[in-house]
Amino acid sequence: MSLITSLARLEALRAGRARPLATVRHRHLADRPLVLVPLTTAGETGAPLGALVGTDRDAPRLLTVPQPRDRALRFAFLAELAEAVLPYVEEYADVTVTEERKETDPATGRRTTVAAELCADAPQLLVPGPAAVEYVRLLGRSMRFRRTAEEDPAADWPAPPRVPLLGRWLTHFGERAHLPGSALLLSTTELLSRHWATGQSHLEDQHLGALLAWIDPPEGSTGPEAARRAELARDADGLLLHPPAGPATDPAFDNKLLAPAIARYDQARTAVLETGRGHAALRAADTTIRTLLLSQLRPTWDAVWRGVDLLRALPEGASVADRWKRDRWSYTGHRDRLRAGEPPQPRRDDAVTAARKLAARETAQARLDAQEALDDPLVMAGRRLAGEAFAGEVAEVVMAHSEAKVPRPRPLVTVRTDDAPLLEEGARVHRVLADGRSQPAEFVAAGPAGLTVRLTGGMGRGKVPDEGTVPAPGDRVCWTLFEHAPRGGPELPEPEHTPWTHGGPPGGGAEEPDPVTSEDLL
Amino acid sequence: MTRKPLLAPTVPAPRALDPSAAAAAATRAILRDTLDGRHRGVVVDSPPGAGKSTLVVRAALELARAGRPLMVVAQTNAQVDDLVLRLAEEDPDLPVGRLHSSDPRPYDPALEGLDQVVTSTKAAELAGLDVVVSTAAKWAHTKVSEPWGQAIVDEAYQMRSDALLAVAGLFDRALFVGDPGQLDPFSVVGAEGTAQWAGLSYDPSVSAVSTLLAHNPGLPQHRLPVSWRLPASAARLVSDAFYPYTPFRSGTDHGDRLMSFGVRQDGSAVDRVLDEAAASGWGLLELPERHVPRTDPEAVEAVALVVRRMLDRGTAVTSERAPDPVPLTAARIAVGTAHRDQAAAVRAALAGHGVTGVTVDTANRLQGREFDVTVVLHPLSGRPDATAFHLETGRLCVLASRHRHACVVVCRAGVDRLLDEHPSTEPVRLGVAVKFPDGWEANFAVLTHLNEHRVRWRP
Amino acid sequence: MSTPLRKSPGSRPGSRPAAAGPTALPRRLAELRGPDVPPRPLDARALAALAANPGCRRRALLDGAGVDKAALARALGAPAAFGQSQFAIARGNAFEARAKADGGTELVRLLHAALPEEDAGRPPEAVDTPDLSAAGPEGRTARTALALREATAAGRWALLDHPLLALTVAGTPAYLEPDAVVVHPDGSWTVVEIKSFALIDGAADAAKAGAAARQAAVYVLALEAVAERLPGPAPEDGRVRHQALLVCPKDFSNLPAAALLDLRKQRATTKRQLGRLTRVEEIAAALPPGASFAPDRPAAELTAAVEAVDAAYAPDCLAACELAFHCRDRARAAGDVRHLGRNVRSGLGGLTTIEEALAAAQGDHTSDGAADPAVAALRRAAALRAEALAAAAPAEGAGGCR
Repeated sequence: MSLITSLARLEALRAGRARPLATVRHRHLADRPLVLVPLTTAGETGAPLGALVGTDRDAPRLLTVPQPRDRALRFAFLAELAEAVLPYVEEYADVTVTEERKETDPATGRRTTVAAELCADAPQLLVPGPAAVEYVRLLGRSMRFRRTAEEDPAADWPAPPRVPLLGRWLTHFGERAHLPGSALLLSTTELLSRHWATGQSHLEDQHLGALLAWIDPPEGSTGPEAARRAELARDADGLLLHPPAGPATDPAFDNKLLAPAIARYDQARTAVLETGRGHAALRAADTTIRTLLLSQLRPTWDAVWRGVDLLRALPEGASVADRWKRDRWSYTGHRDRLRAGEPPQPRRDDAVTAARKLAARETAQARLDAQEALDDPLVMAGRRLAGEAFAGEVAEVVMAHSEAKVPRPRPLVTVRTDDAPLLEEGARVHRVLADGRSQPAEFVAAGPAGLTVRLTGGMGRGKVPDEGTVPAPGDRVCWTLFEHAPRGGPELPEPEHTPWTHGGPPGGGAEEPDPVTSEDLL
Repeated sequence: MTRKPLLAPTVPAPRALDPSAAAAAATRAILRDTLDGRHRGVVVDSPPGAGKSTLVVRAALELARAGRPLMVVAQTNAQVDDLVLRLAEEDPDLPVGRLHSSDPRPYDPALEGLDQVVTSTKAAELAGLDVVVSTAAKWAHTKVSEPWGQAIVDEAYQMRSDALLAVAGLFDRALFVGDPGQLDPFSVVGAEGTAQWAGLSYDPSVSAVSTLLAHNPGLPQHRLPVSWRLPASAARLVSDAFYPYTPFRSGTDHGDRLMSFGVRQDGSAVDRVLDEAAASGWGLLELPERHVPRTDPEAVEAVALVVRRMLDRGTAVTSERAPDPVPLTAARIAVGTAHRDQAAAVRAALAGHGVTGVTVDTANRLQGREFDVTVVLHPLSGRPDATAFHLETGRLCVLASRHRHACVVVCRAGVDRLLDEHPSTEPVRLGVAVKFPDGWEANFAVLTHLNEHRVRWRP
Repeated sequence: MSTPLRKSPGSRPGSRPAAAGPTALPRRLAELRGPDVPPRPLDARALAALAANPGCRRRALLDGAGVDKAALARALGAPAAFGQSQFAIARGNAFEARAKADGGTELVRLLHAALPEEDAGRPPEAVDTPDLSAAGPEGRTARTALALREATAAGRWALLDHPLLALTVAGTPAYLEPDAVVVHPDGSWTVVEIKSFALIDGAADAAKAGAAARQAAVYVLALEAVAERLPGPAPEDGRVRHQALLVCPKDFSNLPAAALLDLRKQRATTKRQLGRLTRVEEIAAALPPGASFAPDRPAAELTAAVEAVDAAYAPDCLAACELAFHCRDRARAAGDVRHLGRNVRSGLGGLTTIEEALAAAQGDHTSDGAADPAVAALRRAAALRAEALAAAAPAEGAGGCR
């Protein structure tokens, strides 16, 4: 953790409530996000227990699985989840704008500008925490290779119609969440802890209730008191007053309430199957489970929306729209792949796809780091403290020129600063010009008057620099040692040209569905 | 795996031979496998100072002379320039191409003075030259109509798998040379950002050699068995601590390298640690235990003083290279740190003592370099805890293996306890080759050894 | 999924010599637990957890003495929040039963398939499954040792289902029950860990796999003690293999899938931590006379006894130690910066309390008191933070360096 973040935590301890880590909101927040709070069954990978889902904070849709070990009931849950999620995801697919984008012509290898369709907006999924993001990926993985009865009439256990499609979308959301700065699928705890420092550790910040307690303690309470209550307070039965945000449940809840309720449900169902009577008891047992699960889900649902309120109060960072546009491209691209009838995302990436994804993530990380610093003086302060940027007042400007045949302006700018950047002679530095362009310079020397850099570009084509491209004495400037628009990774071959060093081209063939066993159990 | 150490060389080192003969035999075997072309790849593990660059230059020359033009892939521009200069030195008539980027000052201006070296940003302009050298990053943006028959990939253990993926289409066969003990490649998105590929043979974030060997297990693997850089006092420790499954030895014996002072020691801890290092090859200057931020002013000052005294005391070194003592100059001294801000602090302190010309850098940037004497600010000095970064095996290996004569480590007391109390709860990713001994074991081994050469300092 | 076995009350104290005589340490530890309080049996999970925070003397003493930390935490008024859902337990048992349903042939087949060809030996056709039942833990460990010896001599594949192993920990034997141990035809042994988390497309949760590896390393050490007493030369690479077989449900099914775990690192770490436990004696000696952790003592007395031993609280303790909430309360009350996380402390140098750090940050960064680089850096950080927050005051909106 950087020292400036540690300091914010110390300040939070002194203040008894969270302190800002950002002065603007660094992630896109949709006007109408879809909130999903999932719960899973302990010990059963991929056996959902229940969920609250929806775009209306006052009317969440409750989905439950009364007996998670029953395949039919799990499928019914997933079908209902598809019904709740897919219409929202798909409603952004048809409203498009036309965008120009650069593409490499496969025939000539030349970069050309083409007009492309871009969805005007995109869906956004909000979940409570990183474990839920992982769970979305897991759900996606568990569904996308299923076959419906329509696709495979001989399948032993056909999945409900829209389930594989939901699996493909959730996989896409889960995959996109790995890209630094993306906002198609966001976790509330990560969003909040990006913007506020609490007086507890990062580990304890994973508890959504405790995190909110620090950021926005209830009337008459301090952050630490409220956080402690959120974390530990139990009722007379030993149940947590603030249940965990999931997807894992509180073991005490499982053992004391849920297990007996599921046992009663099983009993009632057996009775119905054996006697054909007792439907009311079965319904009652089902209702009990729904009520129990709602009691665990609702506090988290409300907490996510409280988080949304807090984040909305922050002004959006200047580069957020740029990153959201990339998310829109990502959404549009997946829409196109689905429309083109491409097969589901494979179980494992091939060598080229993995390398491309890593390159995309690294570029996105560098871009995010740069954009957040440029958008937010508080983030820039951290970079300055780390010696990765310096800011100050221009003390002196000396005009100089390059020694080329046609001399170019290469003015020397000396900046008075208290910052101590880790600069070596000739190091490249960058600053933002008034028109938004980035101007390069190189470090010359440190002297008594300050740090001197030589401007090497961004001054137009003439012998005399364009108006406003050279700072004047007295101007405030901020130079960064990092680039503002980092370049992408290496050019990679097409998968079918994977070289011998990486095992040659991947074997083709569609992915087989996951095997199913005759038992209902996972 | 215990049964069969990973990356075990298929050709055992001939232990019975004297160092020169052993090294020559290894080189012959490597060149034979490279030139006969039965295998698409040949892998050479080279411990610190084992003559990796010499091997690369020699292989390039032999391939060129055999009428087989080749491309050479190195990882940094400095490495590329260094190789070009060495090629030119060995054979002033060999046409060499230096493919470079369009950044300002893309290559060493010294190349301009060499008639046989052609520089260009376009591979096409270098077509037909016997050897074309560039960085992996530049090669990754290069397109060729016809692949090269042969390539040499230098520092292949520091090259990432995805970087090899980007350039492997440019050649048919390749000689991969590198040091498995130095720092592993890494990603700015961290372990979390690459976790989904952990355990895959072609995980883009692992080293190029890992992927290569996973897909081509039959490739011949060689190892250079002799370190010509490390003195006898260091080879054993570095081999045991960092290369336990692939041991190497020193090309020189105890007594072949000497370090002497023109000025007698003044009784200070700094002078005593210098004497200890001169006598044994190692010195530990131990400062009182204290938790400090990483730019610990006392430790930084101690480092600067060690360098200053080394120069003031008229240090001279004797080695197999020259029969008479050679004065130790600032250019032959390096200071190694873990972090850039520490390096900056040491530079400032040295400047304050009027010392110029000493190389001060982080382990990452000292990789592949060689000096007579090194002064190391221990990565764990003054820390309340050890992170994976500070414990990384390769970092300590680089810092402890840059010297020909002696290495002085400056460190606060308490690192033994820090290691002792280090929590061990690492996650395990299935299928990922485990580095063993890990950083903990390596640090423990080095510290145990250094404690035998300890001089306590009270500022 | 191994179930820890209670130490039999009559089991003899171990024979590890201690400075004050062979039985002094166990007696002293028994005093600390309180009269008639049996030691809490240490299972592999508890032993593996010793490495989670080796710098904590409090934990070393309580674990070494076999104090029931959960009961102690309750008595101190800061109960731990550990618990296991019965769904997870049922699932674990059902999966283990399924994986072993055919008597072990499937497990050995998975092991054979996971090994590289040159090391796999001949494929398993029949697998011996010796009967390990015996009376009492000592009888069972003896039976296990005999079965291992016989199976090793037989030169066939054998699977020992829930063998019982003993390992001397701080002078007393701890009994450990791995899910299974496989004897290879070449006479080497492999630990098998059966877990109910899934292997999805060949990958598992890294934290859970790490915990499984640490646990398996404890079994390896216990097996090595058995192997030492075996007659005849050991195989070239050692009797006990330093790789365990991890068996988990495959994808979203209940079919078993397997992967090898390299245990060299975990084995080395655990071995070191077990060796360190002898320091328990020195820690115990520093306690005031009469100090006791017996859960029936008054809370104030217990608190005093606990406070008499230094703790090294860090937030990761919350997931690993029953006493963590108590230690956290104390660390917070003392204003110890470590409760914010280990990484917070590393930037603060010698400043160890919140008060010190905040006071340091409040000074003027250009004043003389800033010779300490931690103080100087904090002042600089505070100045930069204040400058940035002022620049972004609501009225001006998003400023920054644009």
